[in-house]
Amino acid sequence: MSSALQQVFAHPVSLKDVQTHFCPGCQHGTIHRLVAEAMDQFGVQDRTIGVASVGCSVFLYGYFDIDVVEAPHGRAPAVATGVKRACPDKFVFTYQGDGDLAAIGTSEIIHAANRGEGMTVFFVNNTTYGMTGGQMAPTTLPSQKTSTSPYGRNVANDGYPIRMAELLAQLEGVAYSARVAVNTPKNVVQAGRVVKQAFETQIQGRGFSFVEVLSACPTNWGMDPLTANARVAEEMIPYFPLATFKDTSAA
Amino acid sequence: MQKRLLVKGNEAVAMGAIEAGCRFYFGYPITPQSDIPEYISREFPKVGGTFIQAESEIASINMLLGASACGKRAMTSSSSPGISLKQEGISYMAGSELPGLIVNIARSGPGLGGIDASQSDYFQAVKGGGHGGYHTIVLAPHSVQEMYDLTMLAFDLSDRYRVPAMLLGDSVLGQMKEALIPHPYVAPADLPAKDWAVSGKAGRAQRVVKSLYLGDGELEAHNWKLHRKYQEMRERETRCETAGLDDARLLVTAFGVTARIAKTAIRMAREEGLKVGLLRPITLFPFPDKAFADATARAKRVLCFELNTGQMVEDVRLSVSRDADVFFYGRPPGAGSLPTPEELLAQIRKHYKD
Repeated sequence: MSSALQQVFAHPVSLKDVQTHFCPGCQHGTIHRLVAEAMDQFGVQDRTIGVASVGCSVFLYGYFDIDVVEAPHGRAPAVATGVKRACPDKFVFTYQGDGDLAAIGTSEIIHAANRGEGMTVFFVNNTTYGMTGGQMAPTTLPSQKTSTSPYGRNVANDGYPIRMAELLAQLEGVAYSARVAVNTPKNVVQAGRVVKQAFETQIQGRGFSFVEVLSACPTNWGMDPLTANARVAEEMIPYFPLATFKDTSAA
Repeated sequence: MQKRLLVKGNEAVAMGAIEAGCRFYFGYPITPQSDIPEYISREFPKVGGTFIQAESEIASINMLLGASACGKRAMTSSSSPGISLKQEGISYMAGSELPGLIVNIARSGPGLGGIDASQSDYFQAVKGGGHGGYHTIVLAPHSVQEMYDLTMLAFDLSDRYRVPAMLLGDSVLGQMKEALIPHPYVAPADLPAKDWAVSGKAGRAQRVVKSLYLGDGELEAHNWKLHRKYQEMRERETRCETAGLDDARLLVTAFGVTARIAKTAIRMAREEGLKVGLLRPITLFPFPDKAFADATARAKRVLCFELNTGQMVEDVRLSVSRDADVFFYGRPPGAGSLPTPEELLAQIRKHYKD
């Protein structure tokens, strides 16, 4: 083999070589990979402690080859606070869905962010409760049909989808907050950059970092994977704009 | 000469925790236990501890879960309504086999109730207050000295069995001052290493702290494992105080604050020539059932005295000799409902038979 040959694409070391339980067209796998690639790049796999939440992402420890603590539903930022305070030299992250983070765990995420806990939060927004079968989430779009909004989300009754990345960016303790999507190759590359920015924020000790990732859920949206992917661009991005809302390193 | 301090019960808990090496406290203000976070927030900076006043009781128990998962001695404290909020996290800690100290300076209920001393949280404490069928270690101090001593013991037992421990006090024990003789903490030499704690997987295989078991037979096996630990604790860790059992015709049993009243009433009864003994459970879980069986092999009458309408009495009835009679006297907690020794003495006279 010529020494000029260089491997440019490989399975991330931080990600186990196993099949996931995710549905066809689900984007958790892509998001897992982006986080694992950042872990590899910064060389922090051996000093990372992940905090798993409740929902489709609950099997975090089955896919990432890292130490993991499982948190009760919505409580991952509080658990991660205990972990980070006990182990301040470790890389600590949570990985949470929209029901977990923006409904039952709203208090925990806001106060962990406001304290400026030196953790990184990956927030997967797919506008539905995936694991429990597609119920209405705090991020479900107006008029979107789910199993508990069968006539479509009625904002007069159910209120409005929450834009968490913008909301958290208002807090003094937050050093980095951004929203990305993984629906196109270009967006995946951009998402990878943002994930690495968030890692860097923690590694440099600048405070709380937050990455919201828009994600497709074909199964619970009742769509084939390609249609679901198209919905991310057509319906989600207009309501949940892709942007970096706060980056204290730029200041 | 030994140093004697005049100390509040709540402060004795905080002092015992610091002495036992606890350096992580997570809590939320609630009467009548706020002296604990106040003391710790003042003293922790001097010893390099981490104090967080959390946004809620729910957050504080989960911060405790996180710090404990890293192998650290950690605690939270609250009072009854706040302890209800922590039950989710306690269940997860039990399921994840995480040690940690939860202090309940109990107040009266249900609901907002009041701030007076109460023993109405007995069931919640000893029967597993959250979902899923588990136990916590429950220690019941009855003096300021025991608030200090049992806090240390709670950490040791919790670490040994990887079972969360609760110190169950009440408003009177938390707020009263009496003499405390502080003593250095000595860690048991045989405490197992925390070879399950997360720290990043450098140099070893991945570690996972979790309570989710979905594989065929996994959860049943996990629950049998927990059950074996509870059985082992029942065999090895029960503790109680006894007095006057040799000649007692009537046994008075009470824990915590009511045991103090019982001791006075028993002394008054003895002065009248009544042969009355005391059996005070110190561990409420594991319950000292053998001590009750042994004591009622002789004394066939037992008077259980509680500041509620009858909770521990159920465990007493399950523990005594079959031919023993168990009587109950209690009042629901609330302002003005703490019984007097004279009141209990009347009950002793009523149920006493020579």
